[in-house]
Amino acid sequence: MYTPHTDSEIREMLAAVGADSLEELVAVPDAIALRRPLCLPAAQPETQLVRTMEGYAARNGATAYSSFLGGGAYRHYCPPVVMTLAMRGEFVTSYTPYQAEFSQGYLQAIYEWQSYIALLTGLEVANASVYDGATALAEGAIMALNATGRRAVLVSRAVHPNYREVLRTYCRGLEVEVDELPVGSDGTTDLASLEARLAEGRYAAIALQSPNVFGVLDVLAPEARALIEKSGTIPIAVVGEALALAAFAPPASWGAQIVVGEAQSFGVPLEYGGPYAGFMAATKEHLRRIPGRLVGKTVDLDGRTAYVLTLQAREQHIRREKATSNICTNQAHCALVATIYLAALGASGLRACAALNLARTQRLIERVTALPGFARAFSAPVFNEVAIRVPAGTTASAVLGALEAQGILGGIDLGRWYPELADCILMCATELTTEAEIDALAGALAGGVARETAAVR
Amino acid sequence: MAQPEGLLYSKEHEWTKVEGDTATVGITDYAQNSLGDIVYVELPRVGQVLSKHASIGVVESVKAVSDLFTPVGGEVIEINPSLEADPALVNREPFAGGWLYKVRVADPGSVAEGLLSPADYDALVAEGAH
Amino acid sequence: MSVDATQRTLPATMRAIPEPLIFESGAPGRANRYFEAAPPLDELVPAGHGRADLPLPDNSELDVVRHFTRLSQRTFAIDLGFYPLGSCTMKYNPKVNDAMAGLPGFRDLHPLAPDALAQGALAAMYDLERVLAELFGMAAFSLNPSAGAHAELTALLIAKAYFAKKGEGATRRTVIVPDTAHGTNPASAAMVGFKVLSLKSNARGRVDLAAIEAAVGDDTAVCMMTNPNTLGLFEDQIAEIAAAVHRAGGLMYYDGANANALMGNARPGDMGFDLMHLNLHKTFSIPHGGGGAGLGPIGVAAHLVDYLPTPVVSATGDDGATAYRLDFDRPDSVGPMRSFWSNFAHVVRALSYVLSNGGDGLARVSQLAVLNANYLRVKVREFLETPYDEPCRHEFVASAQDLKRETGVRALDLAKALLDHGYHAPTIYFPLLVPECLMIEPTETESKETLDAFVDTFREVVETAKRDPQQILDAPTATPVRRVDETRAAREPDLRWRPVA
Repeated sequence: MYTPHTDSEIREMLAAVGADSLEELVAVPDAIALRRPLCLPAAQPETQLVRTMEGYAARNGATAYSSFLGGGAYRHYCPPVVMTLAMRGEFVTSYTPYQAEFSQGYLQAIYEWQSYIALLTGLEVANASVYDGATALAEGAIMALNATGRRAVLVSRAVHPNYREVLRTYCRGLEVEVDELPVGSDGTTDLASLEARLAEGRYAAIALQSPNVFGVLDVLAPEARALIEKSGTIPIAVVGEALALAAFAPPASWGAQIVVGEAQSFGVPLEYGGPYAGFMAATKEHLRRIPGRLVGKTVDLDGRTAYVLTLQAREQHIRREKATSNICTNQAHCALVATIYLAALGASGLRACAALNLARTQRLIERVTALPGFARAFSAPVFNEVAIRVPAGTTASAVLGALEAQGILGGIDLGRWYPELADCILMCATELTTEAEIDALAGALAGGVARETAAVR
Repeated sequence: MAQPEGLLYSKEHEWTKVEGDTATVGITDYAQNSLGDIVYVELPRVGQVLSKHASIGVVESVKAVSDLFTPVGGEVIEINPSLEADPALVNREPFAGGWLYKVRVADPGSVAEGLLSPADYDALVAEGAH
Repeated sequence: MSVDATQRTLPATMRAIPEPLIFESGAPGRANRYFEAAPPLDELVPAGHGRADLPLPDNSELDVVRHFTRLSQRTFAIDLGFYPLGSCTMKYNPKVNDAMAGLPGFRDLHPLAPDALAQGALAAMYDLERVLAELFGMAAFSLNPSAGAHAELTALLIAKAYFAKKGEGATRRTVIVPDTAHGTNPASAAMVGFKVLSLKSNARGRVDLAAIEAAVGDDTAVCMMTNPNTLGLFEDQIAEIAAAVHRAGGLMYYDGANANALMGNARPGDMGFDLMHLNLHKTFSIPHGGGGAGLGPIGVAAHLVDYLPTPVVSATGDDGATAYRLDFDRPDSVGPMRSFWSNFAHVVRALSYVLSNGGDGLARVSQLAVLNANYLRVKVREFLETPYDEPCRHEFVASAQDLKRETGVRALDLAKALLDHGYHAPTIYFPLLVPECLMIEPTETESKETLDAFVDTFREVVETAKRDPQQILDAPTATPVRRVDETRAAREPDLRWRPVA
């Protein structure tokens, strides 16, 4: 327990305040007073507390399995130096740096994060982070709606379904429509209908993800870019696997004016889904529409370099109902973890890591598609995830069940997100996936799994 | 500062000067002083048609943002080109170099409706009313 | 005069040395030290998709360690000193909570792991949710939203869906908000297409019942309030206010920013609130981490449970063999508000905090938070005006209005002067209702000695302001930088480093 008061101090303080008891200080009108004692857990001394929490942790068996799970959260190596630095008490227990004079360290770290995101995406400016990739997409769409005055958004069906659902939730609130572009047979967004869709000029934005949910590289070709530009629609690039930014042409290079995404891959632990670190970047033209906090570099009274939260007039605590967004808290500490990770790995470490991701995924593809009945669902190039079609007559779900029985989490049943893909598994291999694990997966698929799933037929 | 003569004022602290069928609009000294250092001005577009009293832009300072409500209606014919690079001009010369935009007034006869004379605006400011 | 806290909190050697940007050091190839050998990236990337250059610095691990260690030393934190920040509840962040969140069984758990292999995580979410429901008198909570503002948005979406289902969606579009409300309230309303009606507080600093009765009607969707309010005063007419809003067909929303005053002595559900949020990064000791991540659970009364965001954690079976699962099959849900399920690491921290305090401990937390605030109030009012001279709850407001008139020293200047003494400033200029406002919330984890030392310093600062105002106007002078040119930062935005051409 963390209250330091002794009984005599409480008596002394009550006397100073002119109250007879603590109960008197927290008394409330009878109409709303508690009617019965509350049924709440008893206090646990710390030794017992630790056992209790370890008990919860021990019941998460998945952490002992060999895992090929991706789908928006990625198992990457985070060097211990990152958490040692990030968990320093000064970083963990500091408040939002409104008092710039003695928050220079954190402000500078956020400025460095903003710089990393701008450099990785190829765009001019980035904010201090938002909740996660999905809400970043919703906020990016809002920027485009405000910029164009239009009331509809176009999004590819190859964008992560969770992201699309969150976009829809936000757009329902604003009474804005969300329309979808289909997925092509090669796994990229099918843009055949693009010209027709854009003709009426009703879309504020068009959002594509690359690599998309299937791991497929999905960017805009120059002709598509030209059509989009002509229609006054704003291209938004969605990034679910941030490591891809180190390997492939940045979204700005294929026309994105706004980039939104998830930085969890940069050293943020999986932690059952959060907290992660959403990021947003935009061209200079959109600077004043960007939601969330921004750190700027300036000088102090004596001319020293100094960092400060800036352009705050756009934010909720000043602008109130005219704010660019209602966002208040960002994900500062997760962004800090990502910043330290990027500093620790550097360009050479990121490229080496990305290369390993590609190499391991290529090995995974070779081993699995060598097995009878298993094939790639899509032909377009991928990064570190691939959609694998299981043999005819069985389902992704059955195959995954059989793998689980052998201590392997083989991937995601794509049927849970795309009903027409119930025979496909989304498998992910990163730099942490060993060749032995990949071979074991292939072995399990070849041997026991084939036998088990034969029974399903 | 006593309010310059020859101008009409709105309750939202804008001023307008009508010459023939052209009206120039700006914000008052009281407004720029309350806002503090101005960092950005969002103006209507040339060609945009404004309705009198509508919210048509924003003046942003470090600590506050103020909506601009146009004291006159009409088509925007010119916006102050200096403000993008030097928004502080509005602080330094609210009634002169810091003008915001000019409109071709739709109905010159009705411009004065709902607006205050220099003396009346002076009184408003003296009350410290917002 | 108390011990000068500056010496303890601002290492003198760090003060004047600027720290270069991480981009300004390094050499190509210096950083590749963690991974097994792989073929060169350029050989693996499909043609036409490659990235020509990656202008990020390569630093040695030692240089990275020094850089961020030095940055941490130029950053104030609860672990260094006192934050009397009203509305933020800057209480001690127990380290055991961080250790529990870092257990590998939590840390390495993928969100898409099958439910059967994530029972510990699901149970933790379920158990925390049950505690919050009981503690605050709501039928259910969702741990989905990432922050208070996020939860508010969720709540308004729920209200919107609820009224749409009743056929009142077109008419009920007004959100009533007191003029003391947190800025996120009107901003959230705007994101849902609702209009905001701001109500003036009465002379007692409370929401005026007559004003509410006049304001509510067929267009009322939600009335958003907090209790105690942002002046730290208990809204004693809350039951009547809730009744008036309900009679008009509207919903009551509780902004949980001030929940630290309530635990174990009152419940928003009992006050008549239909919706509420909590800030676990305030009330439940989750670290602020420099500005987030937070966790803002949203609680609802029974008639709104169906609208909660997905997924919800359901439990089936009895005590011996409860099975937990993520339930996405919620036809009336407003939908998901975020990636995956929750800021789960913070669920672990909050649960750990709840279990270490127990129900009785949480009640004591609120009692001592209120005691500490009143103790400061009766001392501070001796040298600074406290506009509402009555017992407060967990925070109170003071005003530097008179001081400004006499000396020109404003709330901002007092705040800056406190930095020189190793204290974070109180919240200033909020709520907007009080001119030259300072909002002070000590929380329950500060000792009497800390409070006494703070009072002594604060008194001295105010006396200096009267005797020699320039000294205060020049503050701070002991911090790593002095007052910052915010105008230049906004007029000439420099928001990122650029590679030298």
